[in-house]
Amino acid sequence: MLDTAAPRRLPLAAGLGYKPQHFAGLMADPGPVRWLEIHAENYLGAGGRPLAQLRALAERFPISVHGVGLSIGGERPLDADHLARLRHLCDWLQPASFSEHLAWSTHDTGFLNDLLPLPYTDATLARVCTHIDRVQEVLGRRMLLENPATYLAFAESDRTEVEFLSEIARRTGCGLLLDVNNVFVSATNQGWDARAYIDAFPLDAVGEIHLGGHDEDRDEHGRPLLIDSHGRPVVGAVWALYAHTLARGGPRPTLIEWDTDVPPLPTLMAEAARAGALLSPVEAAR
Amino acid sequence: MTGQTAFAAALLDPSAPVPEGLRDPFGGPAGKRFDVYRNNVAVSLTEALETGFPTVRRLVGDAYFKALAGVFLRAHPPSDPRLASWGTTFPGFVAGFPPLARLPYLADIARLDLGLRQSYHAADAAPFDTAGLAPAAVLALKPRLAPATLVLSSRHPVHGIWRFSHAPDAPKPAPGPEDVLIARAGYDPAPHLLPPGGLTFARALKGRLTLSEALTRALADHPGADAAALLTLFLTSGALTPDPA
Repeated sequence: MLDTAAPRRLPLAAGLGYKPQHFAGLMADPGPVRWLEIHAENYLGAGGRPLAQLRALAERFPISVHGVGLSIGGERPLDADHLARLRHLCDWLQPASFSEHLAWSTHDTGFLNDLLPLPYTDATLARVCTHIDRVQEVLGRRMLLENPATYLAFAESDRTEVEFLSEIARRTGCGLLLDVNNVFVSATNQGWDARAYIDAFPLDAVGEIHLGGHDEDRDEHGRPLLIDSHGRPVVGAVWALYAHTLARGGPRPTLIEWDTDVPPLPTLMAEAARAGALLSPVEAAR
Repeated sequence: MTGQTAFAAALLDPSAPVPEGLRDPFGGPAGKRFDVYRNNVAVSLTEALETGFPTVRRLVGDAYFKALAGVFLRAHPPSDPRLASWGTTFPGFVAGFPPLARLPYLADIARLDLGLRQSYHAADAAPFDTAGLAPAAVLALKPRLAPATLVLSSRHPVHGIWRFSHAPDAPKPAPGPEDVLIARAGYDPAPHLLPPGGLTFARALKGRLTLSEALTRALADHPGADAAALLTLFLTSGALTPDPA
């Protein structure tokens, strides 16, 4: 049963992926940062500084809980213990949003700590929808599902990623988290048209946008291979794709993700301010 | 094998061929594109171990630690997504890893790193506050060890090695056994050298004895124990929490 009366919402403004080294800075002066996102798996301990910081942040900022380990695309059933831990976190924190990935990360061998790809077929669609139904039932809230950054294709896929995500949203009632950098990375790696992807995307279902940086590599044939590293500024082409997305779909809470080689807070705030500047005229025009 | 079984097996085995059915976008074999996932798994799990076992890493060096992590993560991948609780089997793995036999203390250093991390994430507890109480009244109390308090016993000078590896101007560790008290004052756990009788004292407090009774036991086991030093360590390190009863 879904609790559609979510207690809080993310604002139509820029947010930041939270890093503990920026706790004092954000508490002293958040600048353009209006909300924060945490990785759920870092806040499942019994106590200590992580939970103390999160409690203090939650008094100042709307919080988005972003899971990176639920393995919603996994062939195995969802890990009931992990889902119960996520529910505990959502119950005490009452976050403004909960999101996870269209990916898998756990198999019989264990937790592989990466967002692994899946083929887009009837069988995987049915499995993912069953898992999302379960997540929404246990958490008692609507979740957002994020589009992946992918590096390869499956011969057995028989529909596009956008068709696959649209059908998941339609069947389960879940919202979508549109990672615009992932769209750019996947489109480059897969030979898709990134704008056409956005134009076909069910933007009405989008509850949040992610922006981040990627690394550039090449495959063994010299073709570009972009890696979703979250370790650099958002590139110009992704800012342009983001502006295109806003123009088509309207403003959405937008997160700056920077997870490796994390820079000082002012650098992150500058990225957030840039997203905010693109968001506010759209918001003002509506 | 199902798709994900084959995928997962090939991820963890760099010498395995890329699984069937994976393509580059132009219909060719996935090739190097599969290696992106292999690399993500190995690098991210190696980083988790580097964060979790910083002293072991300092002692064996960055390159050796990476190689060691590569063997461990394939033999003992995380069983659930909480990476902060991964690695409880790492000390045993280090102890049984033949090339490390020349560093017999390393497994206990891994236990110390693990204990510090467990202490960091342990449940919060009220501090044991004795302000305004007469010494006799304090000694009659039955504090408990806080959830973030751990004790570790070693045949090696683990506290000295830990201190020396983090502060090179610290005295060089002297051979011999050492016991360590890990305690968290506020949110920062620290390892303290447990003086003689300390292990007995901690065990007695776990057994719900008063401070006075615990000191008596420590002195019975170690007649030369310094009762004042023991008491001061436990009262000032954040190791204790009031008895809720």
